[in-house]
Amino acid sequence: MPVRSKRKFSLLLRPSPLPGFGLSLGFTVTYLSAIVLLPLAAIMMRGLGGGWGIFVHAIGTPRVFAACRVTLESALLAAGFSAAFGFLVAWVLARYRFPGRSIVDALIDLPFALPTAVAGISLTMLYAQNGWIGRYLEPHNIHIAFTRWGIILAMSFVGSPFVVRTVQPVLEDLDRSMEEAATSLGATPWQVFTRVLLPVCLPALVTGTALAFARAAGEYGSVIFIAGNMPMKTEIAALLIVTKLEEYDYEGAAAIAVAMLVLSLSIMLVLNVVQSRMLRREGKRG
Amino acid sequence: MNAPTLSERITRGALIAAALFSVCLFLVLPLVSVFVQAFAQGWHLYLQAVRSSDVLSALKLTLLVTAMAVPLNVIFGIAASWAITRFDFYGKHILITLIDIPLAVSPVVAGLMYIEVFGRNGWMGPWLDAHNLHIIFAIPGIVLATIFVTFPFVARELIPFMQAQGSDEEEAAVVLGASPLAIFWRITLPNIKWALLYGSILAASRAIGEFGAVSVLSGHIRGRTTTLPLEVEMAYNEYNFTAAFAAASLLTFAAIITLTVKKIIEATSGVHTRAPREKDPA
Repeated sequence: MPVRSKRKFSLLLRPSPLPGFGLSLGFTVTYLSAIVLLPLAAIMMRGLGGGWGIFVHAIGTPRVFAACRVTLESALLAAGFSAAFGFLVAWVLARYRFPGRSIVDALIDLPFALPTAVAGISLTMLYAQNGWIGRYLEPHNIHIAFTRWGIILAMSFVGSPFVVRTVQPVLEDLDRSMEEAATSLGATPWQVFTRVLLPVCLPALVTGTALAFARAAGEYGSVIFIAGNMPMKTEIAALLIVTKLEEYDYEGAAAIAVAMLVLSLSIMLVLNVVQSRMLRREGKRG
Repeated sequence: MNAPTLSERITRGALIAAALFSVCLFLVLPLVSVFVQAFAQGWHLYLQAVRSSDVLSALKLTLLVTAMAVPLNVIFGIAASWAITRFDFYGKHILITLIDIPLAVSPVVAGLMYIEVFGRNGWMGPWLDAHNLHIIFAIPGIVLATIFVTFPFVARELIPFMQAQGSDEEEAAVVLGASPLAIFWRITLPNIKWALLYGSILAASRAIGEFGAVSVLSGHIRGRTTTLPLEVEMAYNEYNFTAAFAAASLLTFAAIITLTVKKIIEATSGVHTRAPREKDPA
């Protein structure tokens, strides 16, 4: 039998008969600190260590400003595309049975599994002037590769599974009797969709879209091949960090990184709070 | 459901068609294109490209890095989910939130973080220099970057799974006098094996394909610090498209295996992809 020392002060809120609390929590916290927290602190200190003046100066140049704007605008549009595509596919997967359904279901995760560099070169080849899709768009004067649209396309690609995978389970768990009740009370299909279905799905849709946006804003691998990377026009923030690093401008790189971190961590925090509120509300209702 | 009316059938058909069309255009076409481009110059040149020393050494490094990063994150995942699902302690919710941080961080920013710690001007730079240790622009940096980007994958699968299972069996074993190791090997591990495998496969898949974070930390030395995704980039930027897509086809093949194995695990064990943030064991 293991001998358990009696500790006067403990992190434990409730005593447990199970072994290994100290060891597992100790390892978890140490590993987390070494891999995540310490490097996070290092970059925050580098970015903000020179004081606000230097940070704002590094962020405030026209090129950085333009890169952040391109990144945010593209990520917003891409999240919108991901939401539309994701909702459609989630709906079809949750509601209908058709041949090939399980293959489509597996394919949804492709953007998670396919390395971003591979997605990047493949999309570029497809939408370039002589590519399979690009050659049909070219005569209509539609250019996707090496423009803002290319950035948006690559960002939508990597963001789309987030929407499907958050909305799909909600649609699958949905109680059909509500829709049937609405229909029998005379609601049109459109009314059923907007008044009954959408309110129930909205939290999941917003969560998935926010995750897609966060992923798109930080995306690098798939975007840099198709973007064209023209400073002020099609240069994204992540690429500008790499450029600054290659120029040994560590302060400049860190400043952009801190701005991106603040954005992505706040999205994560807001989603966490919203999620736990919803869980609590559901708990009360149930 | 009652027999569908005509308009319901039309809506249904139209929606399925729209979904299939967009999936083909958006997901299938890029997948097919990789293989078509790889074989565009014929089998012979494809095999030559795949067997080139650059691709082979990149493949070797990729596998080595994955074999180092994934087991460490498996150990972390088990430790974290044991602490979080078996005990109630102060700061548990903060810990759960902190574990998810790597998912929110841009890969490029992740790479930069390690430069700020281990780089020449970083916190540990002078000490590393004095001892002639190289982390940045060397293999340890690539391993660190890979550990970071795959950090939460195993823990995120295990936490909701172990939460749902509860600790009754383990508590019974304690009462009956089983040692901690016996409890782990004979009760916990057999119970979580599918979720563990599932998380490990997701982590391995990401580890094999990671580009941004590795790119920042690698230094791009051919034959020494290039992983397979970096080899794709370098060949592509040299306009050597056959080599780029040949390397890409290996990675795509790995992605297809990942998706297939994932599906098989979901079908045989009931472990499901959990929607992000659904897992809070509130």
